[in-house]
Amino acid sequence: MLGIAVAVAAWQLAVAASPRTLVPTPWQTLRAIGELAEKGLLVRYVVASLFRVTWGYLAAVAVAVPAGVTLGLSRRGDSAVNPILQILRPISPLAWIPIGILWFGVGDAAAIFLIFLASVLPLTTATVEAVHNLEGVHLAAGRNFGLSHAELVRSVVVPGILPQLIVAMRITLGIAWLVVVAAEMIAVNSGLGFLIVDARNAGNRYDLVVAGMVLIGLIGIGLDLLMRRLERLPSVRWGYAAE
Amino acid sequence: MKVHFDSIGMRFGGVRVLDDINLSVNAGEFVCILGPSGCGKSTLLNIVGGFVTPTEGRVTIDGEPVTGPDPRRIFVFQERGVFPWLTVEENIGFGLFRQKDDEKRARIARYVQLVGLQGFERSYPRELSGGMKQRLEVARALAVDPDVLYLDEPFGALDSITRLQMRRELLRIWQAERKTILFVTHDIEESVQLADRVVVLSARPGRVRRVVDVNLAHPRDLSDPRYIALRDEIFGEIGLAHQI
Ligand SMILES: Nc1ncnc2c1ncn2[C@@H]1O[C@H](COP(=O)(O)OP(=O)(O)O)[C@@H](O)[C@H]1O
Ligand SMILES: [Mg+2]
Repeated sequence: MLGIAVAVAAWQLAVAASPRTLVPTPWQTLRAIGELAEKGLLVRYVVASLFRVTWGYLAAVAVAVPAGVTLGLSRRGDSAVNPILQILRPISPLAWIPIGILWFGVGDAAAIFLIFLASVLPLTTATVEAVHNLEGVHLAAGRNFGLSHAELVRSVVVPGILPQLIVAMRITLGIAWLVVVAAEMIAVNSGLGFLIVDARNAGNRYDLVVAGMVLIGLIGIGLDLLMRRLERLPSVRWGYAAE
Repeated sequence: MKVHFDSIGMRFGGVRVLDDINLSVNAGEFVCILGPSGCGKSTLLNIVGGFVTPTEGRVTIDGEPVTGPDPRRIFVFQERGVFPWLTVEENIGFGLFRQKDDEKRARIARYVQLVGLQGFERSYPRELSGGMKQRLEVARALAVDPDVLYLDEPFGALDSITRLQMRRELLRIWQAERKTILFVTHDIEESVQLADRVVVLSARPGRVRRVVDVNLAHPRDLSDPRYIALRDEIFGEIGLAHQI
């Protein structure tokens, strides 16, 4: 809290010290947010961004977790697919923008596709890793009690990877949020990323630009805190360092 | 005869770990497999447990060859084997997934009682001591009513006082439930305190050096001259004088 107060004060001083700057003061930024709220754009843009993130991210979770579990449990599958994942991973999701637009046109679908893509690769890799970190004795015990493969996955593999998986999902959601904003700068006409580009293009409204940045930061923190709550579930606490 | 090892041999790559193990275990018998670290005890127990296929020979149980793990015969690992994401009662109920709910509840209650974990039903393993986790794992194994228990140095990670208590507990449970028990240890005293028979393995590659019958009734008096004579006999067999 103190840190934030100091940062806002420094911001104020820095702007005051440079007379001809276009960068707004904290107060001007706050007023810009108020203006957005009055026009009904605040809620509309935030919801638009969250909507894209939610669908892209959920689709990625729905693909990455089953794929990661399957690959993690099968040595052969993993050695076949892992090199492909490793080649795709260093490519920035933004490099996919032209292909996204080619396949999905300009609009929501392309942005959602980019978020999906940015989330699915790291999450798959992290899931594979978590499966590899499972305790051998837990799998052995599960088999000993006569579980079928599907039961073993449900009752041992999934709960066993959950602590690591939740961390990976939290980090991936951060990536997804990063990417939605970037995607909105190109492919759509709503959302916080669009706000930033549009405010600059339509008359150098830097107060609105910074307002967009502040909103992105705050919502990012909010999403992170929300995911952190999952780490307090009683059935995953064992996976984190001793309290 | 319950468990029969028929000329079991095992190599890992070029390394021979077990050589021509022949052994029969009777139903209800408590057999300790004793040998120095690295002689292949865990490998042997994993073979009879169905987790590892031997390179030579085979194991039969009730006349059927072992081809994989089986819920009629449960392997107890050191306390690490309990599931940390489940509570005490969920751990004990883990193997009861095909039972009806009320049957399951009754069994959980019974085995919580048997291993003395009353009051901890809703606790997670991280809230339990090492000895309690070990008792929990034994309870989880017993709850599915197996014929045979395999224990691989189950008390090795416990302090010496808890270890003695756990031995007494295990004997009490064994007398109450009459399971066949194969118990691996490198501790000579432990084997003579617990077993009906002690199978002494040689250093790697493990061979059966000697099978010692321990004809002492429980509870065993650790200052009984017959107990001391058996213990010293095994110390001698392994090539150690019992002095320091
Ligand atoms: N999966 C394996 N691959 C290669 N070597 C193994 C494997 N499992 C055990 N060994 C070797 O077999 C020997 C016996 O191991 P183990 O059965 O664990 O002995 P013990 O339980 O008596 O201490 C050791 O030398 C160990 O390194
Ligand atoms: Mg061992």
